Formats: sequence, structure tokens, C-alpha cells
Amino acid sequence: MDIKSLKNYLYWLYCQFELITCSYLMEPWEKLLFYTFNITMLVMVLYTAYIFVPVHISTAFQFFLHLLGNQHENTYHENLE
Amino acid sequence: MERPERAAAALGAQPRANGCSGAAHGALRNGYVRGLPAPDTQVNQIVHNGGLYKRPFNEAFEETPMLVAVLTYVGYGVLTLFGYLRDFMRQWKIEKCQNATERAEQKDFVPLYQDFENFYNRNLYTRIRDSWNRPICSVPGAKVDMMERVSHDYNWTFTYTGRVIKDIINMGSYNYLGFAQKAGTCQEAAAEVLSQYGAGVCSTRQEMGNLDKHEELEELVARFLGVESAMAYGMGFATNSMNIPALVGKGCLILSDELNHASLVLGARLSGATIRIFKHNNMQSLEKLLKDAIVHGQPRTRRPWKKILILVEGIYSMEGSIVRLPEVIALKKKYKSYLYLDEAHSIGALGPSGRGVVEYFGLSPEDVDVMMGTFTKSFGAAGGYIGGKKELIDYLRTYSHSAVYATSLSPPVVEQVITSMKCIMGEDGTTVGKARVQQLAENTRYFRRRLKEMGFIIYGNEDSPVVPLMLYMPAKIGAFGREMLKRNIGVVVVGFPATPIIESRARFCLSAAHTKEMLDTALKEIDEVGDLLQLKYSRHRLVPLLDRPFDETTYEETED
Repeated sequence: MDIKSLKNYLYWLYCQFELITCSYLMEPWEKLLFYTFNITMLVMVLYTAYIFVPVHISTAFQFFLHLLGNQHENTYHENLE
Repeated sequence: MERPERAAAALGAQPRANGCSGAAHGALRNGYVRGLPAPDTQVNQIVHNGGLYKRPFNEAFEETPMLVAVLTYVGYGVLTLFGYLRDFMRQWKIEKCQNATERAEQKDFVPLYQDFENFYNRNLYTRIRDSWNRPICSVPGAKVDMMERVSHDYNWTFTYTGRVIKDIINMGSYNYLGFAQKAGTCQEAAAEVLSQYGAGVCSTRQEMGNLDKHEELEELVARFLGVESAMAYGMGFATNSMNIPALVGKGCLILSDELNHASLVLGARLSGATIRIFKHNNMQSLEKLLKDAIVHGQPRTRRPWKKILILVEGIYSMEGSIVRLPEVIALKKKYKSYLYLDEAHSIGALGPSGRGVVEYFGLSPEDVDVMMGTFTKSFGAAGGYIGGKKELIDYLRTYSHSAVYATSLSPPVVEQVITSMKCIMGEDGTTVGKARVQQLAENTRYFRRRLKEMGFIIYGNEDSPVVPLMLYMPAKIGAFGREMLKRNIGVVVVGFPATPIIESRARFCLSAAHTKEMLDTALKEIDEVGDLLQLKYSRHRLVPLLDRPFDETTYEETED
């Protein structure tokens, strides 16, 4: 029963997507074109995220660490003098 | 007469005319407006609107939720892109072109079908076209029969399956008092007159088309409205468009509401007068225009305007709003202009005895210079009328285009109007008319309250039998119409260009012929479809009453 209600819910969500993007009104080949375009774009965005987000995060982390580290070193040296 | 105690809560969302503009003038001290209160009660003055309103004026237009507006634009954007794609394919003959185009010899002429209206027509309207022009095959009463049709090429052509869908609950016809019947006193009287006079008149009013039935009708209409004299015309649209040019001309000023009907707009344009638009039902905007008109006069010559005519409607059918008539009349008297009131939807539907919006506000019909209305909506017939002073109507009998050129009303139609009007007035000896007016008022209040409780966004005044339910997204327009028809309820959905492009709606027209069971069935189905299509956008949730007596009228709801 849970699977059935889950499937109904997912179908209902799909209907909402259809209504909002007006693919409810499109002919089948238009729907195919629209979904292909959307899914392609989505896959490309996800792939780019998968490749680049860890690199970007680690670079940013290093940059901030360097900034804070420099600050610490400067104040430390000033205190010494 | 109840005091407008709740005017504060009721008018919370809208800017109120301050009492000063009306009350400061001695001219308002007549029997229809309360006396001037002392200056130290200025705050109460503003709250009670100068004492012009004898009953609460509950009108609300909930704002479009931001997310819904954005998604609506997204939907229209996607459809526009696909529209360009399809146009490209039609241009390059990849797809067969099924809409109207120029002939091959005219390809180099100025293009006829490239404007936005035609683009919208072929790419957006055609996709959902099956919700309109549905052929019905019975009298449009509370229930109606419809011929089933299917389309195999996505709404470019339709074929009839041969089946008739029976007993569809009719929420779309302008049948406010339920006089669209095929049996009963009205029908018998009309059949009798048909056998006596025939169907055609074969002449205009001024030539040989002035029947004694027309004289009887006009005398009855004048008595019904409380005016000196009235004249009836064959077509409601033509009443407006052909008579406004007879009343005003060049050198006159017309102040017309933003959302006036096409017939009023056409009549105003045909007259040749200068037209200025004021914001919908906004009395500050109207007063500003009046002040500017009096102070500055005509554009270049600075001469005073010959006439200033204010065009308003009793009930605006797309918004469900009622005109602020007490304030309009106060302004009209202050600035010495004329008022043309189009009661197409409000005659028969408002007021304790169905005499229209003038009676609803408790005002005198003498304050309105030209009272226009139609017989199409509440009387179950066709045609229109204009009522007013005797000099005005005598003038219109001679100078109106409709009287000179248009065929006069058909006798059975006249008899239908006469019988139904007598029924409403109670002159046929029964209380059927009064019962119908009360039933309509109860139906209106019940239906509107239940829809608001469910969480839909409903526009308009609490007492208007026209109920617009907001849909917003273009796909939901088509989906709503189709889903309701599947559940045996016929509704009218409206989109661009009758409404602004993102504010598409479904418009329900309530009727005295709807029983509570029919309304409950309809409400249940609307609830279901609302959940299916996610139409419950309202963010002002009302507290549902624990027990819902049918005839309870409560104004407890406040908006915050």
C-alpha cells in the first residue's frame, strides 16, 4: 500500500510539473523535445557540479586559511617587536 | 438599515475615500446621506466613509502570490518558445499550416497575421480551445445538455461523437434568477404571444415596428426601475454602443472605468468624445480626473467641457466587483457631471427586491441620469433598455441609431421579459419572484463563503453572484475546464485577452435555480479539482465554522 501511495504521489508531482511548465498542453513530440532539452541541461549541470565543486571548495578553503594565517603571523610578529 | 460598523475591517485593503471630499459640501445634505458629523469625529468619519454607505462594503482582491506569478510567466515563456518553433516549422513547410494565412499572391503585402493577437491565437488559444464554444442542446437552466465532441488534431478541428452529455450542472450561464426555463408561466405567455404576433417584426421602431407590446414593456420597465420613462432595444451590446454616441459627441468628456465592457468602450469611441480612464472602482482617481477636467477644460482651447459623462457598471463581470455607487453619485453632484450606469449584470441580481444596484445601496434612481440594463441576464430574454427622465428618453427615441436602424424586439421575447418582470415585482400575485431573489442572495453568500474556506482566491464583492476563481497558469485554464466537464459540471474559464495575461480565472455565475444539493455537488467537485491541480493559492485562511447553517450570513472574517 505504501508503494502504491508513493507512486500516486509521484504521479501527482509529475502532473504538477506538467501543469506548471505547460507541457500538459504540448503534443507528444513537443513534450519529447522539451524533456530531452531539460534533462540534458540538468545532467550537464550535475556533471559540472560533480567535477568542479570539490575543487572549488578546497581552493576557497585554502584561500581563507591563507588569509587568516597571514593575519595571525602579522600580529604575532608585531607583538614581538 | 444597519450601520457600517465593519467598514473598517471590510475596507482594510483598499484606500478609502476620506469623508472630507463628500461631507465638506453642503450639497450632500439630502435624504440619502447622513448628516454631517462634527469635525472632531474626523477619524470616525474616515472609517464610516462619510456615512455614505448604509451597509458594509466587503470587496477583496487578494494579491497574486509571488511564486505563482513567476511560474505563470515561466509557463507563458515556454509556450511562447514553442510557438516560435511551430511558426518556424509552418513557415518552412515542415508542418502543415492549419490556421488562416494570406493567399500566395499576397505574400509580399503587409502581413496580416503577424501581430501578437494572432500569434497568441494560433499557438496558445488553440491548444485549449475545447473549453469554449461548447455546443449545448437544451435550455440553459440550472442543468444543461451538451453535445460531446472530440478532436483528433489537437483542437484544430472537432467532430461530434453523437453522444449527448446530459444534466451538466450549469455554472456558466447568466441565469441569475432562473428564468431560463422551458416550462412555466413565462414560457406559456411567450408561446401565446408567438401564436398571436409571430416571431418577426420586419421593421425598425421608428417605421412599422412599434408594437403595443413594446409600449407595455417600456411602461413596465419604467415602473420597475422607478424612473419616468424607458426605452427597450433588441440587443444589449447595441444599446450601449449605439446610444452613447447619441448622448455625447465632440467637445464632451467621458470618464470611463478601467474595466468597462467592450460595448461601453465601443460606444465611447464611436461618439468622438475625449475619453479618460480612471482606475477600477477607485474614487480618488475619478475625483482627480474630475478636478482636472473642471480646472483645465478642453485640451488646447481651455474651454469648459460641454458635458462630462461618467461610465460605470453595476457589477463588473470579470472581477465580480460592485461599483461604489454612493461615492460616485456624491462626486457627480459635487462636480456637476452626468452618470451612465450599466446594470447588465446587477439588475435583478442585487437589491432586496431585485431592482439593481441602486436599490442595493438604498439610493434614489433619480440620482442616476441614464440607467441602462439588459434583459439577457436576469430575465431570460434578449435585449437592453435605457431608463431616465422623459426628455432624455424622448430624445433617444428620435436620435438613437438603434431606434432608427435596428429591428425592434421580437414579440415572444418581449412577453418573456414582461412576465418575468411582473413575477419579480410580485404583480402576478405570487411570491415566486421575491423567493427567487432571496434564493440567489443565499446561494451567493453560501457559495462564496465555502470557496473562500476551501482556500481559493476569489475576487470581488461578497454580494455579487459572479464569482471569479483565480487560476493564473495557462495550463490550468485548459485543465480546469476539462476536469470539471469530466465531473459533469460546466464552467466558463477566461484568459487573455479578456483578463490581464497572468490573471486568468474561472468564472462561476450563480443562479436562483441552483438548489443547495447542486451547489454542494459543485463545491465537492471544485474542491477535488482544486486539490488535483493545486489551485488553493490563498494565504488568508479563514476559520471554518463548526456548523454551517445554510442561511447564515457572517462577516466575521478579517484579513490581516
